[in-house]
Amino acid sequence: MRRILIALTYLVFIVLLIIPLFKIGTGAWQEGLDGLIHAITRPEAVHALMMTAWIVVVVTMLNTIFGVMLAMYLVRGTWMGSRLKQFLNSIVDLPFAVSPVIGGLMIVLILGPSTTIGAFFESIGFKIVYAFPGMVLATLFVTFPLMVREVMPVLQEVGTQQEEAASTLGAYGWTTFWKVTWPLIRFGVIYGVVLTIARSLGEFGAVLVVSGNVMNKTQTATTLVYQDVENFNVVSANGVALVLAVFSVLLLLFMEWAKRRRGVH
Amino acid sequence: MHIEVSGLNKHFGQFHAVKDVSFSIEKGHLIGLLGPSGGGKTSILRMLAGLESPDSGDILFHGRRVNDLPPQERGIGFVFQNYALFKHMTVYDNIAFGLKIKKQSKQQIKARVMELVELTGLSGFEHRYPHQLSGGQRQRVAFARALAPEPQLLLLDEPFAAIDAKIRQELRTWLRDLIERVGITSIFVTHDQDEAIEVADEIMIISQGRVEQKGTPWDIYKAPQTPFVASFIGESSIVDNISELKGFEDAAHWPSTRALIRPEYIEIGSRHEFPIASATEQGRIKHIHFRGSEWMVEVVVGKHTLITYRSLEKEVLHPGDEIYVLIHRAYLFNDHDSWMMENRLKVDPMPVHI
Repeated sequence: MRRILIALTYLVFIVLLIIPLFKIGTGAWQEGLDGLIHAITRPEAVHALMMTAWIVVVVTMLNTIFGVMLAMYLVRGTWMGSRLKQFLNSIVDLPFAVSPVIGGLMIVLILGPSTTIGAFFESIGFKIVYAFPGMVLATLFVTFPLMVREVMPVLQEVGTQQEEAASTLGAYGWTTFWKVTWPLIRFGVIYGVVLTIARSLGEFGAVLVVSGNVMNKTQTATTLVYQDVENFNVVSANGVALVLAVFSVLLLLFMEWAKRRRGVH
Repeated sequence: MHIEVSGLNKHFGQFHAVKDVSFSIEKGHLIGLLGPSGGGKTSILRMLAGLESPDSGDILFHGRRVNDLPPQERGIGFVFQNYALFKHMTVYDNIAFGLKIKKQSKQQIKARVMELVELTGLSGFEHRYPHQLSGGQRQRVAFARALAPEPQLLLLDEPFAAIDAKIRQELRTWLRDLIERVGITSIFVTHDQDEAIEVADEIMIISQGRVEQKGTPWDIYKAPQTPFVASFIGESSIVDNISELKGFEDAAHWPSTRALIRPEYIEIGSRHEFPIASATEQGRIKHIHFRGSEWMVEVVVGKHTLITYRSLEKEVLHPGDEIYVLIHRAYLFNDHDSWMMENRLKVDPMPVHI
């Protein structure tokens, strides 16, 4: 019985993870190195990868700042009523429950060109939906819980005593944060960053709805792969997918390294 | 630093944690806040530190109101119950923290840290992290860190609670000496009466958010002002109707008055050991407990069980033995009042004057 269960675990692991990864690899090499290089140096591929890179950078920065802030307020904020805290705390998980496509749709419905807010921003020359800001918003929506959920338990665990100790020793808010709080939550934040990067690299549904998927304009790596597959352009699709996969693997290796470093301290 | 607190109140939601507390503390004294857990001791300490703000009342340091000063500006050192050492910093960096905040020069910091390391007996441990230290060493790092910026007032929250009994004893003596040497006004919170009696110049007994009594350990022991203090400090037996005991018949004048009798107010022995036998009661030994340096004896007199001590030098008693009991005095209390009552019969009724 136990052997069957072990075998089953391996089988699931192989079917779900190893074979697809292997397929992407071989698919990308189908036309040799030249084919692969062509697949990822096409202007639309370069543009899409750059687009993804920018989204990742901006989303990760915003999510880190606001995620850490919200986590601090939810754990420490005395100015917030406990009811409000509970409400915010449960609403943080909303993006986990709502389909990314719906999330994207909400952004279009609220900020799209045909809405009041959207029209206002467009009139002052700031396009949100079907442009970069909308894509960032959509990705932010999807990744928002990741940072908060990584940092909150760490904050709860370390408690407030070390910060109180710092304040009795004369340290004010910022000094306390950088000298005491930050070193304590650092690894939680690093995990949050890794997860945010991974999720925003691979985000598809929300971005597809919000971006309109216009080649060389609002296309990201994932939506390009989708379009390549639609066009039976399998080698190109696999090529871009391989780039994303390699990046994800590197991220996971980094995360493992970070975990081991945490063990040292 | 001279400290004056008046009319201090603090609520946590519906819970009235500190009720109208007032006291003053002389410069250089070491004060123990003693009381049962959850009595509001730590809240008072945290309000002095500025980590908690009072709902009403004033806190004065050197005659200056500090209610609105943040903890950073109060010139205090705080030692937390679980030390709250910065766990990502070495012992050296922990102690240097407050000095770095004050932007002292590298040499000054180094000199001060090394002085404190020396003073707290931590030489050789400067480059260890807190998790590489024993409980007693962490405690000492916490002291050193709090003392480094030369505070005017040192506040200690249950400083020995997390340390095992043997080392606790050493640390108490050490702390006492250290505070005396530094000459800093200090307040510590404890629920352990031995600790308070041994370490403090003065004790404040705190129960249910109120100061029950303030005074030197000896004063509190010999003249407790409330039943709570009497039962909390030292050991004692509570007797519901003391007028049933010989020599205390007068207590019947005060109905619903109870009595508290300390072990050392009770003498036991054979009949010939007492000069005035008429003042003694007959009792029976219920239990004896070996206390390391003496026997603790439970003796039944009538309906009452009393506790007393007996020297190891004396003849060993056994449960069931008949014995004579002399009660020297009792502490009587009712809802309005409390007072001491001596055994009326101890004074020889027929003195022979020569």
